[in-house]
Amino acid sequence: MREIGIKDIAELYSDVPSKFRLKKKLKLPNSISEQEVESYVEKLLSRNKTFQDMPIFLGAGCWPHYVPAAVEEIIHRTEFLTSYTPYQPEISQGILQALFEYQSMICEITAMDVANCSMYDWASALGEAVRMAVRLTHRQEALIPRIIHPERTDTLRTYTEPIGLHVKTVDYDKEAGQLNLEDLKSKISEKTAAVYIENPTYLGFIETQVEDIAQEAHHHGALFIVGVDPISLGVLKPPGEYETDIVIGEGQPLGNHMNYGGPLLGIFACKDDMQVIRQMPGRVIGMTTTLDEKRVGFCNALQTREQHIRRENATSIICSNEALCGVATAVYLTLLGPKGLEELGKTIMSKAQYAMQLLSKIDGAKVPLFKSVHFKEFTVNFNRTKKTVSHVHERLLQKGIHGGKDITKEFSELGETALYCVTEIHSKEEIDNLADTVKQIVEER
Amino acid sequence: MFRQARWDEKVIFDLGFAGRRGFAVPKIEAEVKNLVGNVEALIPQKMKRKTPPNLPELSEVEAVRHFIRLSQMNYCVDLGFYPLGSCTMKYNPKINEKLARLRTLSMIHPYQDESTVQGILEILYKLSKWLAEITGTYEISLQPAAGAHGEFLGALIMRAHHKLNNDHEKRTELIVPDSAHGTNPASGTMAGFKIIVVPSDESGCIDIEALKAAVSEHTAGLMLTNPNTLGIFERNIEDIAEIVHDVDGLLYYDGANLNPILGKVRPGDMGFDIVHINIHKTFGTPHGGGGPGAGPVGVCKELEKFLPVPRVVFDGKRYHLDYNKPHSIGKIRSFYGNTAVLLRAFAYILNLGVEGLEEIAEVSVLNANYVMKKLKEIEGFELPYADKRPRKHECVFSVKNLSKEKGIRALNVSKKILDYGMHSPTTYFPLIVEEALMIEPTESFEKEELDRFIEVIKNISKEAHENPDKVLEAPQNTAATRLDEVKASHPKTMILSWRMYKKKTKS
Repeated sequence: MREIGIKDIAELYSDVPSKFRLKKKLKLPNSISEQEVESYVEKLLSRNKTFQDMPIFLGAGCWPHYVPAAVEEIIHRTEFLTSYTPYQPEISQGILQALFEYQSMICEITAMDVANCSMYDWASALGEAVRMAVRLTHRQEALIPRIIHPERTDTLRTYTEPIGLHVKTVDYDKEAGQLNLEDLKSKISEKTAAVYIENPTYLGFIETQVEDIAQEAHHHGALFIVGVDPISLGVLKPPGEYETDIVIGEGQPLGNHMNYGGPLLGIFACKDDMQVIRQMPGRVIGMTTTLDEKRVGFCNALQTREQHIRRENATSIICSNEALCGVATAVYLTLLGPKGLEELGKTIMSKAQYAMQLLSKIDGAKVPLFKSVHFKEFTVNFNRTKKTVSHVHERLLQKGIHGGKDITKEFSELGETALYCVTEIHSKEEIDNLADTVKQIVEER
Repeated sequence: MFRQARWDEKVIFDLGFAGRRGFAVPKIEAEVKNLVGNVEALIPQKMKRKTPPNLPELSEVEAVRHFIRLSQMNYCVDLGFYPLGSCTMKYNPKINEKLARLRTLSMIHPYQDESTVQGILEILYKLSKWLAEITGTYEISLQPAAGAHGEFLGALIMRAHHKLNNDHEKRTELIVPDSAHGTNPASGTMAGFKIIVVPSDESGCIDIEALKAAVSEHTAGLMLTNPNTLGIFERNIEDIAEIVHDVDGLLYYDGANLNPILGKVRPGDMGFDIVHINIHKTFGTPHGGGGPGAGPVGVCKELEKFLPVPRVVFDGKRYHLDYNKPHSIGKIRSFYGNTAVLLRAFAYILNLGVEGLEEIAEVSVLNANYVMKKLKEIEGFELPYADKRPRKHECVFSVKNLSKEKGIRALNVSKKILDYGMHSPTTYFPLIVEEALMIEPTESFEKEELDRFIEVIKNISKEAHENPDKVLEAPQNTAATRLDEVKASHPKTMILSWRMYKKKTKS
């Protein structure tokens, strides 16, 4: 204060009109010590029941998967954790290279050429992908499947309402749940900017008509956008091999904890087409060299698409993203490698199949509803058990098990249906116990 | 003397050895295998992955070594001064990290029954009340994942408000000052508005006459940050609010610069209708090399109905998620927000308390004014706009004369700062300052560290005058010297993935 010649800090606020200056203290708690903060927050959080307290069979956009210790160790490194967006590349080579490697690995698993270094989540990635398709095609309609996460539909509608985009829904085949191609053909037109599907679908099964759908989209000059759960891509055909223009998805399963649904990691990838790349949202890291060409290095590329340069003409709003979650994914995919990702896919699928087989033996339960191959999630229908999903859920909770997501409101046409999720973290005993307990509940009078 | 690690670390795809593994996937139990058989056979042939992805094949120790080496080539706030203007790079208390890693947070699922997540719901509920109190708003949504996401939400709320008044077809214009953050016009455009830019006056504040001329029945609202990006408090805020409200426009507060006014003055009291908060700036959560952050949005009572669903509510006994909001704009992402980031902010506020937050504001302003006073004395560093007025969180210097006379641009100064083991200020922003260096010291650095920075600037000024070539060569002490950013973005040389690298090097 002496150095700048003031006697009171208040002098530095002298230009704030006095009528706005706060006269009394804010109504906030008083300071408590670190030790007290720790015990208070721990106590509050201990009121949550976790996957360690009870088996939980929830998925639907945020999934329980094991996070290897090495992943946590790396992303807790303060050099990554407490650094800013790498606007000064020379002193930020570490995070830049790690993010370049993340982008590269996303390209490898999706079989695409270019990926950005993260979106907020799958839902907002869908919103931005469709808007990108609108910019590229100058068209005003998007087709999405009826079987889609309702939160993604809601987010897409929010993102596209300002540009007056029409979002139309394509129905599914009642037997197999697959996209109804006839319905697609009747709705697609020269107005369609994008056709969007998900694989595996929201209800857990594999959409197999991907080539037909891609062809239909391209025949009408629309972009084909595919949303993925990337942990399936060790065993499932990558979208890049079925003529997909934009791949989006949720990267959370690859090395990130659930954290009650956030932060997540939006995946965004496209093909090596300059016209398309220029319309991409989000930050992209490029490989380059030092000016003297003595050393390979990394820096932000194509910044002229971004808000800090292009302002109102930017291709996206994104500034802060989910970079550190991307680093976690890069470490995760490195540890697993090609073989690990494939084996993990098989393990997950085997356990989910096992759960489906046990549950389907329960009298009156239909598991799954659709005759398609499922990956890690599946529907359990209770219509013929005369029990409601919410009743089964409540009874399970009383017995220390958390059942799947109640989707009776989202898909009323499917009746009393829940969406279950089984991954590598569920043991055989937990699955056996689930099936036994559901059986008991269904048989209760 | 600063020397950043300079490992010759190959791209990870060039490391390892075919067949090597860093993680063993648990074996499938025998009973499971017996019952389901070979699941691969279930996948329709045309949907099977035929060629495995070209992922790296490393042992765990190789993988760890690689990423730790990379981490050593990364500067961070725990290493030293990080005066990025408007980015508010402050210390991230370690206790918050410890708490954010608890399994009682990381291993809970967003769709769990409310009875099993009362702990986190209470935290989110209380945090939203505290943030409302701090910003002087009526209600908060914790959903946005970042500041710009919050701005986008805010602009959508403006839109929804005018729509409900059957006025939205006319209200097409969103006003932003020429000194605004780039995210303002970007998110306004995303929300369907036409951006009208108003100039700053000679004191660096919004030009009141120009604003009067810009507003009309087409005005949806004004986006403003206060203190502005020059670090100057817009003292005419009452007039500004009146001008915008008189034409039934809404006033939006860009919370990037909230830090210096915590507990001093509240956006809601100044007339702002919508406010976003950058949790990763003001509330000390780590930036993670770009994210995740969180960008909660607060609104006045009239706009409360438009906030996204769900909202955490309390019935006196238990906490619930309320989806029943018919006027809500819907959702802007999945689930409820970046919970793990929000939890850290909860702990931050608890630890500092009401007086600690106010002290943050005071020390951050004191630091900014100290740095401003000292840098003004250095040759080649001029302070444009209102040089008699105090700054709040940041100050912006121009090196345009140094640039003209010695060919040393803001870019060169910033690169030379890196050589001293400090991060450089934000450069070339705000756009109204030529050759700008935008400096936000925050409260996190003690006088000795500020003095080191001032000394560094003195040295650079001296060197720029005596031996400008030395400055132009910077940086030399960082992991990489100056990078070819043009090459990185040119269609012919651009490499955005390992796939593109292989393709380009083959041809």
